[in-house]
Amino acid sequence: MKYAILVYETADEFAERDDAAKRDAYWGAYSAYGALLQQSGVGTGQGAGLKPPHAATTVRVRGGARQVIDGPFADTKEQLGGFFIIDAPDLDAALAWAEKCPSATRGSVEVRPLLEM
Amino acid sequence: MSDARSAAQLAERIARESYGRLVASLAARTRDLAAAEDALSEAFAAALRVWPQTGPPDNPEGWLFAAARRKLIDGARRAQTALAAQDALARAAEEIEAEMSAAALPDRRLGLLFACAHPAIDEGARTPLMLQTILGVSAERIAAAFLVEPAAMSQRLVRAKKRIRDAGISFEIPEPAAWPARIQAVQEAIYAAYTEGWSDAAGVDAARAGLTEEALWLARALAAHTPHDAESLGLLALFLHLEARRPARRDAQGRYQPLDRQDVSLWRKDWIEEAEALLLRAAALRRVGRFQLEAAIQSAHARRRHGDDPDWRAIAAFYAALIAISPSPVAQLNYCAAAARSEGPSAALTLLDEAADRFPVLGEYQPFWALRAHLCARTGANAAARAAFDQAIARERDPAVIAYLREQRAQVC
Repeated sequence: MKYAILVYETADEFAERDDAAKRDAYWGAYSAYGALLQQSGVGTGQGAGLKPPHAATTVRVRGGARQVIDGPFADTKEQLGGFFIIDAPDLDAALAWAEKCPSATRGSVEVRPLLEM
Repeated sequence: MSDARSAAQLAERIARESYGRLVASLAARTRDLAAAEDALSEAFAAALRVWPQTGPPDNPEGWLFAAARRKLIDGARRAQTALAAQDALARAAEEIEAEMSAAALPDRRLGLLFACAHPAIDEGARTPLMLQTILGVSAERIAAAFLVEPAAMSQRLVRAKKRIRDAGISFEIPEPAAWPARIQAVQEAIYAAYTEGWSDAAGVDAARAGLTEEALWLARALAAHTPHDAESLGLLALFLHLEARRPARRDAQGRYQPLDRQDVSLWRKDWIEEAEALLLRAAALRRVGRFQLEAAIQSAHARRRHGDDPDWRAIAAFYAALIAISPSPVAQLNYCAAAARSEGPSAALTLLDEAADRFPVLGEYQPFWALRAHLCARTGANAAARAAFDQAIARERDPAVIAYLREQRAQVC
C-alpha cells in the first residue's frame, strides 16, 4: 500500500532551515531520512519539501468570484512542511517509518494512504 | 424433508463454529470486514438452498469459504473496484486455495483480534468490533452489553471496519513491541465472550452456544503467542478452572448445583492441574492483574478436590485486591459472599448494605438477593429471608436456578 507521510512542522523548525547555526543539522536529518527510505526499499522517490507557510497563498471560488487569501488554508501551530510517498505493507510498517521522521519528536507526522487508482 | 432440516442444522452449526475463522480468512488480504461478513451471509443463504438438494458437501467449511470468496470477487467486479483491489482479491484467493488444500482453513482469528485492538481504532469500538467479527455476536446484543443505543453501536462498528480497510491495518499478529498497547483489549474481548457464553449454563440460547469454547480456544492461542504476559496466562487459567467444573454445574436431573454442592468427582482434574501450572508461571512474572486474581479465586475454591475447605480468608483478600484494581458490583458482591464465610453472616450483611449503597444496580441482580436471603436465614431473620428469596426468584430466568431458589426458600421455616 502507498502511504503519504505528511510532515507538520513547528515555527521553530521552519526557522531552523535558514538559521546559519542550525540549518546543517536540520537539512542533514532530512537527507539522512530520505536516504534511509530509499535504501530500505520503502521510498518511492516521490515527495517534496515545501516552502514555509508565509509563502502560501489560498484561493477559493465562491459564487463565481475568486477570493485570494495570503497564507495557508488553516492557521495552526504546526504547518505542512513537506511529504514523502512510501510503499509499505500495512499501517504498522508505515507508522514505524513515520516515527523515524525528524519532525516526529517536535511537530507531528500524519500517515495517510493514497487512493488506489 | 428431514434432509432439508439436517442440512439446515449443519449450516447453522458451521455458521456458529467457523464464523470467526471464515471472516478472518476472507478479509485477511483485502482488510474489508464488512464485505467479508456480507459475502459470508450470502454463502450461508446459498448453503441453505443448495445443501438440502445436493446433500451436504464433504468439507462444508471449505464449501462456504469458496462460495463467499466468489461473492466477494463478483462484488468487487460489480462495484468496478480499482484494479489493484481486484488483483489483491485474486491473489488472496489463490493463496488461501493453496492453504485450503491442506484440509483445514488457516486460523487467522488471533491476528484479526489484534487488528481490532489497534490503537488507530476508536477505543470504544475495539471490544465490540472483536465480539462482532470474530465471535459473530450481533450488534444488538453488543449494544445491550455496553449500554449503548443499537443504532449508535452499529454506526461505531461500521466506522471501525472502514478504518481497518482504508488505513491498511494488518491482520498479522504484531511484533511483541506492539503488544502492550493492544493486548489488554484483546484479553477483555475474550473475557467478555466467555462470560456471555457462561451465563447460559443450560445451553438454551443457540446464539450463545459455542461462545465459551471459542473463548477458550482464543485464550489458548493468546497464551501460546504471549507466554510472557502474566495476564494472558491468568486468563487461560481462569477459563480452565471454570470449564473444569462445567460437568458439575447441573446434576443428572438437570438441577442447578451451586459451587459448594458440586460433586467434585465430576470436575476435570487435568484442566485444574493445567490451570494451577499456568498460575504459577504467571506469578513468576510478577505482574499481578485482574485475570490472575480471578483465577486465583477459582484456584482457592478448587482445593475442595482434595477434600480441603476453600480458604475463605484468602478468597476475600483476592476479591479485595480485585476491587482495588477494577471495581465492579459483581466483585463487591462476591467479596461479601466470601466474607460471610470468614467473618460470619452479621458482618457480611453490613458489608452487603454498604455494597448496595455503592452500587445501587445490585438491587436488580438475582445473586444479590439470593446472598441476602441466605445471610438473613443464617441470622434467624426468617421473614426477611423469605422476602429476599422472592426478590431473587423474580429476577431469575433460568428454570433450573429458579427451582433451586424455591427449594432453598422452602427450607426457611
